[in-house]
Amino acid sequence: MATSLSTSGISRRALIALAFLLLLVFLVAPLVLVFTRAFGDGLEAPIAALREPDALAAIRLTLLVAAIAVPLNLVFGLAASWAIAKFRFRGRSLLVTLIDLPLSVSPVVSGLVYVLVFGAQGLFGPWLIGHGIKIVFAVPGIVLASVFVTLPFVARELIPLMEAQGRLEEEAALTLGATGWQTFRRVTLPNVRWGLLYGVLLCNARAMGEFGAVSVVSGHIRGLTNTMPLHIEVLYNEYNLPAAFTVAALLALLALVTLAAKSLLEWHLNDEPSTSSR
Amino acid sequence: MRIEISGIVCRYGTTPAVSGVDLTIADGEFVALLGPSGSGKTTLLRAMAGLEVPEAGSLAFDGADALALPPNRRGVGFVFQHYALFKHMTVADNIAFGLSIRPRALRPDKVAIRAKVDELLELVQLPGLAKRYPQQLSGGQRQRVALARALAIEPKLLLLDEPFGALDTQVRTELRLWLKGLHRRLGVTSVFVTHDQEEAMELADRIVVMRAGRIEQVGTSAEVYAAPASPFVYGFLGQANQIGCTVAGGVAGTDAVILAEGLELPDGAATAWFRPHQVDLVPEGPALDGELIDLTVIGARVKGTLKYRGKLITVELAEKSDLAVGPCKWRPREVRIYPV
Repeated sequence: MATSLSTSGISRRALIALAFLLLLVFLVAPLVLVFTRAFGDGLEAPIAALREPDALAAIRLTLLVAAIAVPLNLVFGLAASWAIAKFRFRGRSLLVTLIDLPLSVSPVVSGLVYVLVFGAQGLFGPWLIGHGIKIVFAVPGIVLASVFVTLPFVARELIPLMEAQGRLEEEAALTLGATGWQTFRRVTLPNVRWGLLYGVLLCNARAMGEFGAVSVVSGHIRGLTNTMPLHIEVLYNEYNLPAAFTVAALLALLALVTLAAKSLLEWHLNDEPSTSSR
Repeated sequence: MRIEISGIVCRYGTTPAVSGVDLTIADGEFVALLGPSGSGKTTLLRAMAGLEVPEAGSLAFDGADALALPPNRRGVGFVFQHYALFKHMTVADNIAFGLSIRPRALRPDKVAIRAKVDELLELVQLPGLAKRYPQQLSGGQRQRVALARALAIEPKLLLLDEPFGALDTQVRTELRLWLKGLHRRLGVTSVFVTHDQEEAMELADRIVVMRAGRIEQVGTSAEVYAAPASPFVYGFLGQANQIGCTVAGGVAGTDAVILAEGLELPDGAATAWFRPHQVDLVPEGPALDGELIDLTVIGARVKGTLKYRGKLITVELAEKSDLAVGPCKWRPREVRIYPV
């Protein structure tokens, strides 16, 4: 017994070490490299790269896209998960499948679909051109593609949470005289607030980092329709490596901040008495 | 508040849960809905609160149609089986909820709400727990917080779904007595659901026995226990034995033993029901042949098992030194006869 325990102790330690090693090689090292390449030769070059007008435009566009896509998906995710988790209706499972669609379809395909629908040769193309509305190869297309790609994040985070919580607390609120909105505001929302925030963080990370779908609909017009990921690619293809790594570092930094916020959230979740039973 | 229920039908999909229930509850009454799981008692309770929408029937509170009101305007206090306390709120906020969500014109001010919360905490004997979260309370404490929360809106009707179902026996007995006293003090019309006949008999002024979505019998606990309207009620209210018999000319008998006389039942096959303590061992006179196969002395009583025509019959006898397993003569002292 003792022998087998100590053996399993050794193998356990070996497995843990292996896991850490893999993480180090595949995740941490590249990230560290991005930062060393960007800031290795002092701060002058990176700062210059970020002050360049095209880079600034890309940063602005990325922030704009996130600022539109995240609130939209926050509202959609809340509404969809509320409906799915708390009510039984016809077409419910279809809705669940549809929400997962953006995760199962390659982002490039999602982008192409928008070109097919809104592009010049697309379904609504002639009508849109006739009315002077530009969607593909313009900011609206980028926003649409980002919204599509990031659609599942909030809903997927909330559906299991809301299902686990059931309807009882809401029924209790109702019998105590609360209106539908009061029930939502004061009972449903506070119960899922940390899960919601987590979903929003993931959604935001993806909205800022999305490449495939955005790449198809953007048209790569420098200073106009390039987001940060697209701008990085352009710089990289021009062999402007210091600038590419600088913007990449900034994007990675956003991801790291998101991760830190997520860890902080989880730490908070385990600590708070009102949610500790989760 | 006087409650009149008539012809209520509730369905989950195609499964009927309540199939036509009529019931009148007097103001200030304490009524138990008693029945096995699936008898529709909880559904009926939820329909009274507006949490289920009946597809037929009517419900009136003090003569006014209540079905037209959504649950949040019925003014009914509901205590859920698993309490359904708001996990993210303190005990005080839970209790204050019903008052704090009122429109500004009807809302008491903060001081008044706090005073009400303190008063209710005192009432449910949990002073000093106002700042705790539900997770930090025991089951019995949560139950009482749930009750205080329901009482805060001063409901005219209090509904309790299996109020003691999730508690251990000792807490349960304690809370039962306490709830009975509370009802006496507040006098609010109350209906509770239970599957425990002892609980129903101990607490309720009147018991409504339900089965498969219908009411089997309504009456005080004495009435229901003494004269169960059907074999189902007889069996549900306590340990019961049954043997086959024949009714002829108003007399029920079996094996030349007369079990009951003066019955208003048609001639034919019937069943005689009796409780374990209604069995006598008779050395002489007309009796049934049986065999005592097991005896256990519990204090001054003896519990035993008797085999009669291949059936096992539970008996409870006064202790006598000459009791022994083996063939015996016996007969039920009192029976209720139900036609087959």
